[in-house]
Amino acid sequence: MIDPTPSLLVERCGPLVTVQDVGRFGYQRFGVTPAGPMDPWAWRLAVRLVGAAGNDAGLELGPGGLVLRVEAERARLAFGGAERALAVDGRPFPWWSVLGLVRSQRVEIGPALRGVWSYVAIAGGLGLSPVMGSLATHTLTRLGGLEGRALRAGDRLPLTDSEIGAGLPDLTLAAPPPEPEGPIRVVLGPQEAWFGKAGIATLLEGTWRVSPRSDRMGYRLEGPRIEHARSPNIVSDGIVMGAIQVPGSGQPIVLMADRQSTGGYPKIATVIGADIGRLAQVGVGGAIRFRAVTFEEALQARAEARARLEAALAGLEPVACSGRLDAGFLLSVNLVSGVTAGEP
Amino acid sequence: MSEPASEPFRPRVVPVGDSAVLLELGETIDPLINAAVLALDAEIRSLELEGVIELVPTYRSLLVHYDPERIDGRVLLARLSKLDLEHPGTPPEGRLWTVPVAYGGEFGIDLEAVARRHGLRAEEVVQLHTGPTYRVYMVGFVPGFTYLGGLDPRLYTPRLDDPRPRTPAGSVSIGGIQAGIASLEIPSGWHLLGRTPVRTFDPERTPPLLLEPGDRVRFVPIDPATFDELDRRAAAHDPLIAPEPA
Repeated sequence: MIDPTPSLLVERCGPLVTVQDVGRFGYQRFGVTPAGPMDPWAWRLAVRLVGAAGNDAGLELGPGGLVLRVEAERARLAFGGAERALAVDGRPFPWWSVLGLVRSQRVEIGPALRGVWSYVAIAGGLGLSPVMGSLATHTLTRLGGLEGRALRAGDRLPLTDSEIGAGLPDLTLAAPPPEPEGPIRVVLGPQEAWFGKAGIATLLEGTWRVSPRSDRMGYRLEGPRIEHARSPNIVSDGIVMGAIQVPGSGQPIVLMADRQSTGGYPKIATVIGADIGRLAQVGVGGAIRFRAVTFEEALQARAEARARLEAALAGLEPVACSGRLDAGFLLSVNLVSGVTAGEP
Repeated sequence: MSEPASEPFRPRVVPVGDSAVLLELGETIDPLINAAVLALDAEIRSLELEGVIELVPTYRSLLVHYDPERIDGRVLLARLSKLDLEHPGTPPEGRLWTVPVAYGGEFGIDLEAVARRHGLRAEEVVQLHTGPTYRVYMVGFVPGFTYLGGLDPRLYTPRLDDPRPRTPAGSVSIGGIQAGIASLEIPSGWHLLGRTPVRTFDPERTPPLLLEPGDRVRFVPIDPATFDELDRRAAAHDPLIAPEPA
């Protein structure tokens, strides 16, 4: 009897759906980018929801939708990040849920209703071969994930263990973690001296729009021109996620998950860890303002973000039988760029 | 009794956001600064500090990435600030790699032009390029792109005004006072002297990466037939070269 590899079949797929895990660390000294999730907090919460054992690889969704078919006895998936419509075999479920699924069930995920990046965490992770210890996809160097590329319809994602989570209840967050309001917080530097007071004032007082030329590598921002006090070129040094580099154009670029390991533009400030996901969720055309905080305030903000995550997890409740099968909901599932709820 | 330091370094130790600490030893390309960076890199790695994920040494600075969920950034910052940064010592002698290169012709389309610019014959450029033992200053830009210091000053050549949108993987090139080995097909304004069949980066090989900051490199010329033979082996994930221990 042939029992095909338990897997998830990608039936429909918007752009920018990739396999991600926490990231590929340890190789930046060789020029290898970590990749990993654009919104690390949402990713982490989704992983905690599914209670990942084994590897923690799951899917990151860009703004479009995704339809998966379960080709395994069972699978347990958690959904989080930017809010979307979610349905299993046409029946709606609340976003930020963890659901037990069985063979041939069809999971439909709509486009992002607000925000950009969402996550599907998978109990047991994915049965793909790690590259340098990680399944994170870096498409620019074709590393990790499935052949180092974004997913497309027809792909099969092998599960490591489709018995994980059998018998566990379907759960949902009573309330997803509230996002802090207000400007994106940054710690100045490490090359703030290359800008002087005027350049820093422009960064902190300006309103910035996310350019359409933004991607997983970096968010290009459009706004007033940031003046350099010194040359716009430095001898390359290392880069963290959230570094705000300013090339000669005076238009800043926030370096994100797929950034290069080193770079030669001065970095005026660094987005703090607590706010990097919030920045990532601002879509193209969205407005951003910045506020400078101290290193100590950045650590405090991180502690608060961690507390919000734990508070959200403490508020898990059973998925109620939903009566939301109304026309508005169905429309929201159907109006998906590149994805429809109908049969082919 | 202490050695008089010719140029004591006054490094800056600053937090970079809340997940990294930067140790900045200078702002220029300078062998002394890079040596100090590599010495610090070796020292901090040997400490095996809890929560430190990885270190990224560059020409002039060292970026220490840490996991803020595992260590308080203030503690790490204080710890790193206490290191004797002004006298980091000499960097450990790096491993020595011998890298085969097919020079000129289709392998190095700029060899003749570089020779003409400096009033040399092509063979003399090859001799000057294979003469020194280079030091790996840093690896970056893309996985495995290797920046080398130690180029013979007679070969210093400004970069092209108009960088080429793509140059072949394995290109062995010079740009300004630097030399390099490209791992992947990349855009480049450097002058292409030759190509090596060695893949400094191959994700399907163990180990995927070969050369590391602080390592030393020599080049040895090979003929096109040897290149083709070695290239076939490299395609089957043979690293081709192994380091002599330091």
